[in-house]
Amino acid sequence: MNGLKLNPRARAWLGFGLGAVVLFAAAPALLTDFRLSLLAKYLCFAIVAVGIGLAWGRGGLLTLGQGVFFGLGGYAMAMHLKLADAGEGNMPDFMELYGQLDELPAWWAPFANPVFALAATVLLPMLVAFGLGSLVFRRRVRGAYFAILSQALAAAMVILLIGQQGTTGGTNGLTDIEGFFGYDLDDPVNQRMVYFIIAGVLLALLALTRQLMHSRYGELLVAVRDSENRVRFLGYNPANVKLVAYVVAAGMAGLAGALFVPAVGIISPALIGIVPSIEFVIGVAVGGRAALLGPVLGAVAVAWAKTALSERFPGTWTYLQGAMFVLVVAFLPGGLASLWGMVKRRRETAAPLVPQADAPVLVKEAAA
Amino acid sequence: MTVILGQLFTGVSIGAVLLLIALGLALTFGQMNVINMAHGEFIMAGAYTTYVLQQTITDAGLSLLVALPIAFAVAGAMGVLLEWALIRRLYTRPLDTLLVTWGVSLMLQQLARDIFGAPNVQTKAPDILTESTSLGTDLSIANSRLFILGLVVLAVAALTAALKFTPLGRRIRAVVQNRDLAAVSGIPTARVDRLTFFIGSSLAGVAGVALTLLGPIGPTMGTNIIIDAFLVVVVGGIGQLKGSVIVAFVLGMLQAMVEYLTTLSVAKVIVFIAIVAFLQWRPQGLFTLRTRSLA
Repeated sequence: MNGLKLNPRARAWLGFGLGAVVLFAAAPALLTDFRLSLLAKYLCFAIVAVGIGLAWGRGGLLTLGQGVFFGLGGYAMAMHLKLADAGEGNMPDFMELYGQLDELPAWWAPFANPVFALAATVLLPMLVAFGLGSLVFRRRVRGAYFAILSQALAAAMVILLIGQQGTTGGTNGLTDIEGFFGYDLDDPVNQRMVYFIIAGVLLALLALTRQLMHSRYGELLVAVRDSENRVRFLGYNPANVKLVAYVVAAGMAGLAGALFVPAVGIISPALIGIVPSIEFVIGVAVGGRAALLGPVLGAVAVAWAKTALSERFPGTWTYLQGAMFVLVVAFLPGGLASLWGMVKRRRETAAPLVPQADAPVLVKEAAA
Repeated sequence: MTVILGQLFTGVSIGAVLLLIALGLALTFGQMNVINMAHGEFIMAGAYTTYVLQQTITDAGLSLLVALPIAFAVAGAMGVLLEWALIRRLYTRPLDTLLVTWGVSLMLQQLARDIFGAPNVQTKAPDILTESTSLGTDLSIANSRLFILGLVVLAVAALTAALKFTPLGRRIRAVVQNRDLAAVSGIPTARVDRLTFFIGSSLAGVAGVALTLLGPIGPTMGTNIIIDAFLVVVVGGIGQLKGSVIVAFVLGMLQAMVEYLTTLSVAKVIVFIAIVAFLQWRPQGLFTLRTRSLA
């Protein structure tokens, strides 16, 4: 590099500080309230992307159903906020509108408690991921089957939500959320507060993920991705290693969903189905699946490009999105993050090639 | 009794549609480990082929019969193109193939939207297929469903015969069982792959023609059915057709029965849970080729 050699720890702190300055100082100062609230939405997607980066990039688990966990978190949060909006003893507006129910369904009641609701936004997705993951990984169901099952889970969840219109709001989802723990969400100041919370959570989760990636567990996760059987012969149980990554990714997606609700004011089946779930993945693929920051930047960039393009040229955006999948995944599997490494390697061709732990590696399936 | 019989037939007919869609997938997934998400769009291509043909050939029955071979060829050609352009470069990365073909499917959907418009279109079914055959006093079965059932039986029989008795079929089976050994025995595996992909994709085209009898044709028709078809292949096990055949009908029946007892949305969830539970018992699917590989 340019003569400036910092040890990895110092570089991490530097990057972390830089991220904090950009998110907490530069963005609020430079962006209008409208743009800032859009950025808040993108950062929610970025939180999901961090989890996908861990599970897919590092662990080789292609989860095509992160929308399910995003939705579980989002619905848990929205249910609480709807109940809080309605006030003690009242039913949320949409239930009275559809008029199928006389009283609040029993499974809604606990969400009136803020502590329960907040815990549920993270724990509920983790529980579902634990259930599916432990069943699938323990029996060594092959990776492609897992991808399809996770996608089928997203399809089933959406159909269930739409089918139970009386208690879930159906296709419309839960809309018109006005308050956030006593703060009025129409007030721009409170919208900023929500943005700061989201940015803070993102940074905290990035720090957590970095620690996880650099720990023994992180090494093991990469090893399981690259050669599951070898890890098994060394005496580890690959099922548990995969399970942790999947559950952590699900928890992150749940938290992102919970933060998405106050930032955008709605959660609906259209935001969590098969298509949004796979859109989470494309951001990660473009940014660089195995890098720490790649998924974050990729998710924000793709979401931003979608907003910018799809309003004016909806058709063009779909072509572009398809083309991104094809070009990036087929020809640049490491994503944009790997370009830097390529340039560096080209410059240092004389230097011996050392395997780098951080270098994005092609996901190689064990011979099936 | 008639209710049970009626539900039974509903199940069989759901199963027939599932099988028709899954047949091509079972072939390509089984042989090449390729998860082709664009399979649904090949189905869509078959359906739109029927629609286009009906604009020129007004007789509904004739156009349907003509559509079958043409859709077969159209979808097959698209499959070969996809295989040649992308999939053959990705054989070692099955999960990436899934994402790449998803990208292709997005583009094909948008292409359909640009050519035919976003709203659904409808074809006219021949008169004989819009009627129903009555069995007994108060049980009647739509002829279109019977037609699809017949088509599936024909497709399975033809495919089985082709795999069993033709030289190509022998080569396909050899590659499925042991790719490396097949290659060193002089079988041109790359060419066999391409032909397999052609057959698998063209079966999607045929499925598309059949689906025009059941519902509207639209750009997103593929996405809605492809997941169920993949589940059939997953549960059936890859490498052999009989698994998919059995599982398609079992899942169809299960879906119909649970749906009758509860609702459509609950039925979907229960079927999903049943599938995950089944995989605890048979992680590789119902039938699987015995190999020495560990995965």
